[in-house]
Amino acid sequence: MSDKTKFARQFIEAIPHSRDLGMVLEEIEEGVATISMPYDQRLIGDPETGVISGGAVSALMDTCCGAAVISHPANGGATATLDLRIDYMRAATPGQSLVTTATCYHVTRSVAFVRATAWDDDRDNPVASATGAFTVEGKR
Amino acid sequence: MKRPEPVQVIKQRRDAALAALVGGVPYIQYLDLRFDRRGDELTGVLPYNDKLIGNPMLPALHGGVTAAFLELTAVVTLSWAYLWEDIESGALEIDPSVAMPRLPKTVDFTVDYLRSGLPRDAYARARINRSGRRYASVHVEAWQDHRSKLFAQGTGHFVMPQART
Repeated sequence: MSDKTKFARQFIEAIPHSRDLGMVLEEIEEGVATISMPYDQRLIGDPETGVISGGAVSALMDTCCGAAVISHPANGGATATLDLRIDYMRAATPGQSLVTTATCYHVTRSVAFVRATAWDDDRDNPVASATGAFTVEGKR
Repeated sequence: MKRPEPVQVIKQRRDAALAALVGGVPYIQYLDLRFDRRGDELTGVLPYNDKLIGNPMLPALHGGVTAAFLELTAVVTLSWAYLWEDIESGALEIDPSVAMPRLPKTVDFTVDYLRSGLPRDAYARARINRSGRRYASVHVEAWQDHRSKLFAQGTGHFVMPQART
């Protein structure tokens, strides 16, 4: 594991809100990150169906996009979200974990552009997708 | 002319409706998100909590928390506006044993992060720019210490709940 990947892993695993939601960093390598989040009763947005809130999906997407940026070789340190758009394609199936993969597909001196997709157990039909712009820090 | 209802009766009915709308959603409870009401105007209030931090070095609120706060404020404000007439007329029965109408479904939501969220309470207000029978477009602004210094804003599109048949 490179120092960069190690730094990214430590950084992501130390985020209080992500820990509180039980997020697990599954994979991280040079601008691509995969994070899972277990189903949890606390995240329910529709009590009638048990479907988790879009807000909880946002938290997962934002964390994963940030992780992809931090792990990118061209980024020197941490990052902050400039903007994030999320499309909610369907309700996540209650009881199933969500898994998100984010790819940092372009980086300039100041901005990183990221795309992400989230799935539950049905890998053929994404639950949500996201695109965002994040800050880039100079190399230290 | 009919005498206006006593103010306590009106307030009690409106507050009960708001509590029923918000109280049944576990994620709103998890975030400890509350809603202040002045007449029909709602302000989302997110009290600071350590578990909401996304960058412990600054420290700053998690971008996902900010997104969730904006989106929930938008969806609750939209639902509240949609139910308002039925709450006022008494057509909507507020009974803890009867589920409230479903919240609108988010189609997409975009958040602009204008400055980092400080480790303090945050406030948000939504404006419904377009609300039709099926779709709605809502803009929402969030601030902390200064009302004029937004730390985030968002726009979302929603599908309105269809009447149960």
